Amino acid sequence: MPKVQGAVTVDEARCKGCDLCVVACPADVLMLQPKEVNDRGYHFAFAARPEACIGCAACATVCPDACIEVYRVVLK
Amino acid sequence: MDFKDIIRPENKVYARPRLLTENITHYCPGCSHGVVHRIVAELLDEMGLEDRTIGIAPVGCAVFAYNYIDVDWIEAAHGRAPALATAASRLNPDCLVFTYQGDGDLAAIGTAETIHACNRGENIVIIFINNAIYGMTGGQMAPTTLLGMKTATTPYGRRVDLNGYPLAISPILASLDGTCYVTRQAVHTPGAVRKAKVAIRKAFTNALEKRGTSVVEIVSTCNSGWKLSPADSNKWMEKHMFEKYPLGDLKNV
Repeated sequence: MPKVQGAVTVDEARCKGCDLCVVACPADVLMLQPKEVNDRGYHFAFAARPEACIGCAACATVCPDACIEVYRVVLK
Repeated sequence: MDFKDIIRPENKVYARPRLLTENITHYCPGCSHGVVHRIVAELLDEMGLEDRTIGIAPVGCAVFAYNYIDVDWIEAAHGRAPALATAASRLNPDCLVFTYQGDGDLAAIGTAETIHACNRGENIVIIFINNAIYGMTGGQMAPTTLLGMKTATTPYGRRVDLNGYPLAISPILASLDGTCYVTRQAVHTPGAVRKAKVAIRKAFTNALEKRGTSVVEIVSTCNSGWKLSPADSNKWMEKHMFEKYPLGDLKNV
């Protein structure tokens, strides 16, 4: 079975730190920044374990601010 | 493979919809409105309706919808979106006309307009965001507020003797002859978002094929009004809201 490797990017300025993507992620990739905040004072999401990403786009599907982009490759 | 090698345009599987503007929404973190806006923007792009869509914005949190989705919009007076949509769709029969309303707008002040537009079977789509509260004005009780639910105007919980029963408006609309599709969806999980997208696509198709009024109710959260975190509001919604407002198709002709 081919292995799938994904990657996510978060638009940090747009993220409101609602935590919904963190809850939705089946591979525990995303986390909210524990200390750092963006210009509007939100603890934005970031890929804490990027190597675990499977590119399923569950995070982007539930993101209310459409600030997540998902990439996926099939490793041969 | 390195993380940076994957982030290339040819590997992109999910991007921000083209029809969403660059404006940052005024919605609270975790608000369901953002997800529904995104679904609508994606669908209008996928169905190629960008140049012939007229959205009718309500009064409520979604009052600024015209700032976020890049199609033509008309701003209606409070609750009058279906009446305005009637005019827009009759004058522009080639256009897709949809309203985007909250429960305070659709189920309280706009009940008459909603019921009569549905009864006339206007070829419009009504997207109904039901979060059981008046979010914009500070979390007051709405007709859809659940029994026992605490709001700014029912601080000890909604009571039957004082406030009456919660109003489920979709079954009323489903009983009218003019509606062709009435469904109730949610956007709390990835699967639910996909189902909601399919439902809205079907509603848009019905309107384009002139089959009557389609109503898509989205059971939503208002985490600021409910005084919960976004993730906890989704859990609260699953536990309490779905009991009174069960998901699924109420009418599909």
